[in-house]
Amino acid sequence: MERLRRTMLFVPGNNPGMLADAHIYGSDSVMFDLEDSVSLGEKDAARMLVYNALKTIDYGEVETVVRVNPLSTPYGAEDIKAMVAAGVQVIRMPKTETAQDVIDTEKAIEAAEIAYGREVGSTKILTAVESALGIVNAYAIATASKRIIGIALGAEDYAANLKTTRSKDGVELFYARSVIVVAARAAGIDALDTVYSNVNDTEGLIEQTKLIKQLGFDGKSIINPRQIDPIQQVYTPTTVEIEKAMRIVAAAEEAEKRGSGVVSLDGKMVDKPVYMRALRVINLAKAMNLIDED
Amino acid sequence: MINPAIAGTMESGDIMIEIRDSENKGIHIELESTVMNQFGKQIEKVIEETAKACGLENVDIIAKDKGSLDCTIRARVTTAAMRGCGKTEFEWK
Amino acid sequence: MINAAKRDIPQDVLEKSGLPLYEEVNPKLGPRETMALDERLSKKNKILPGLEEAIRQVGLKDGMTISFHHHFRDGEKIVNLVLDKIAEMGFKNISVAASSLSSVHEPMIEHIKNGVVTHIETSGLRGKLANAISHGILEDPVIFRSHGGRASAIKNGDLHIDVAFLGAASCDPYGNASGYTLDVEGDAACGSLGYAKVDAQYADKVVILTNNIVGYPNMPCAIPETQVDCIVEVESIGDPNKISSGATRFTKNPHDLLISQLAAKVIEASGYFKEGFSMQTGSGGASLAVTRFLRDMMIEKDIHASFALGGITSQIVSMHEEGLIGRILDVQSFDTVAAQSIKKNKYHCEIDANFYANPFDEGSALHQLDIVILSALEVDTDFNVNVLTGSDGVIRGAIGGHPDTAAGAALTILTAPLMRGRMPTVMKEVNTVVTPGSTIDVVVTDQGIAVNPRRPEIRERLLKARLPVTTIEELQQKAEKLAGVPEKLPFGEKVVALVTYRDGSVIDVVRNIED
Repeated sequence: MERLRRTMLFVPGNNPGMLADAHIYGSDSVMFDLEDSVSLGEKDAARMLVYNALKTIDYGEVETVVRVNPLSTPYGAEDIKAMVAAGVQVIRMPKTETAQDVIDTEKAIEAAEIAYGREVGSTKILTAVESALGIVNAYAIATASKRIIGIALGAEDYAANLKTTRSKDGVELFYARSVIVVAARAAGIDALDTVYSNVNDTEGLIEQTKLIKQLGFDGKSIINPRQIDPIQQVYTPTTVEIEKAMRIVAAAEEAEKRGSGVVSLDGKMVDKPVYMRALRVINLAKAMNLIDED
Repeated sequence: MINPAIAGTMESGDIMIEIRDSENKGIHIELESTVMNQFGKQIEKVIEETAKACGLENVDIIAKDKGSLDCTIRARVTTAAMRGCGKTEFEWK
Repeated sequence: MINAAKRDIPQDVLEKSGLPLYEEVNPKLGPRETMALDERLSKKNKILPGLEEAIRQVGLKDGMTISFHHHFRDGEKIVNLVLDKIAEMGFKNISVAASSLSSVHEPMIEHIKNGVVTHIETSGLRGKLANAISHGILEDPVIFRSHGGRASAIKNGDLHIDVAFLGAASCDPYGNASGYTLDVEGDAACGSLGYAKVDAQYADKVVILTNNIVGYPNMPCAIPETQVDCIVEVESIGDPNKISSGATRFTKNPHDLLISQLAAKVIEASGYFKEGFSMQTGSGGASLAVTRFLRDMMIEKDIHASFALGGITSQIVSMHEEGLIGRILDVQSFDTVAAQSIKKNKYHCEIDANFYANPFDEGSALHQLDIVILSALEVDTDFNVNVLTGSDGVIRGAIGGHPDTAAGAALTILTAPLMRGRMPTVMKEVNTVVTPGSTIDVVVTDQGIAVNPRRPEIRERLLKARLPVTTIEELQQKAEKLAGVPEKLPFGEKVVALVTYRDGSVIDVVRNIED
């Protein structure tokens, strides 16, 4: 089953209480942060803490992501070594601006995989674009490595870089969001939206999630477990959508059995994109426990 | 010989570790814990093992525990030891 | 014989009947009065000038049992006030039977040391007093009773109360006492006096202490004048800020929210969530927060509850006011909104502890309960629950209505985090058994749900609803894997408390802790 990334729960890396059970809230991914949420004097402590947590705690089915410091800082290289050694699934690169950033990170990851006996290529990369230059280079970034599983938007730094501020309707992000979705789709990876920082405004969160879902995003980064449910509700298909998707998939399977390449339903041809969308609907419905695994 | 060093916080689920050179031989642990009766011995054991693994020999370790798990204790002791020894690179495994 | 009414009553008839002859002025009653109410209120009433006079008048003696209620929670001032006075007057060997005791009752430690208090019966103990008792300060073991167990013990005479000292937010000069004040907002209102009502009914003597003497008749009242011997006006019965505050806020703790949301889904799938169901939520973050999710479900499915029982919060009140809950049966009001609701909402009814939870009465409200959501300090793989002793073995809680409602309800849901910090909540054996596992149906944790094997049909329904059902053993092992195996606690040989079940039988004992 294709992995869903509707919600990526952000966890400050130097907080042991939160590291211990970040995975129990039902987000698709957890992202342990060594970057902005950790002060310069605690970079070593957070790295050591996340390293030990990843080696010890069973995070089950939840995808583990660590946001490392940029390689341009004194912490980035050591962060990558420690996280690869600990067996993290995804390294999230902050402030990605060029394809070269990705290539450098990939090199560091590969060296660490060899050094610590991890399978080469097993550690994935999630890039985060947080500047105008990054947006301009979005497609080059998205295709710079086979390890890349997604491209995310970091809106706060991006808005500052544009010389503007964040607004409620997010008009200043419109272009960046569209660029990211298009780059992600062209590269065949996931598109992930920025955080919604007002935890108490559930209505606003739902509104924004509807918008980014419509734009084509696969999900969002989140900063509080309370944001998981509203977002996943927005991504939950309706009963009508699920039933239709199941009929499409059944028709496709039927066609395959017959050895026919043409799928038709109710006398109409079913195109490949329609079939792919149906598969995705079923995937989302399964994630919400709305239909059985098989 | 190491410089006095601290790692960790007093937050719930964390442990604060202070390491100093000791005049006496061996590793001396002074532990306060919210789960002293139930896990005191286990916590002391993890602190001692980790300190030895970091190559510490004659040190006083003052630990204030707020219900931390073993992986947190290992991380905090290691960080304090590295800070005390001025080490910035660790042999990740 | 000619009586004062000038009627001839035959002597032999009178003697045979054993009745006295009518006199115009009965020596006990005195002459008829013609004072108007306002004058009478101030001149002829049950108000005594002070606590000392009241203690004398009710005839307190060494060795007697006195009782108190805990509706003022941590703001309570009556227990300390009365015990200080009793100590000052030189009484010894007093038995204290409170509906519950809390950390504000720390001064009782001195009275125990001085031999004033030699026995305690209560639902709960907290703070330094609890700690001292866990360390063996009291020779005689404390007897812990549940709310239902206490009410029935008082009713059947197992717990005989000589004098009840009952604080009331208002009382008229003849003893009609209430947990709120009709005319004044705020004040030291605690709402329901459900536990105190039983004491007033069965104690030999009843003293009401109040800071607020109001005009006659203070009706509706919790405790009627017919049960009250005397009244003492005191400066303060409790700290209003600690008695109750505003509306109970829902927890923002993500663990609690996760658990309560899961518990609501369990209710929805359980088969008991249908029109006219009845419910109770226990105290504690997660179990209280279930109401929020339950409310949404009730609106969505157009389902209404016939009644909500027990300790009442602002959320229950607002659901009642929205028409989602028909009646509120309130034995204890958890916040100011609930306390105020008793006086304004006609169908918010104040009930006593016997009505609420007497195990021997088929009519007790909890026997009509469909769903109860409870919390726990510890639960073991036999589903036994501890709500009394902490993970360090020291007494720090209250039995409350836990075993009563668990047994009474058709579906008992226990909510608890899998771990509290490093301490596992689900364990192989609880420190103290308060509620037997046979009365716990579903355990909801933040890391999975376990269903008691005694309820296979519930397990099936939860599985069908695709809820994360596991086993209690798996939960226990999961916790142990994270935390390790706790060491044995340093218990001594001395029994410091007997834990009674709701029927009065001894279900466990608490031993002293040695440091």
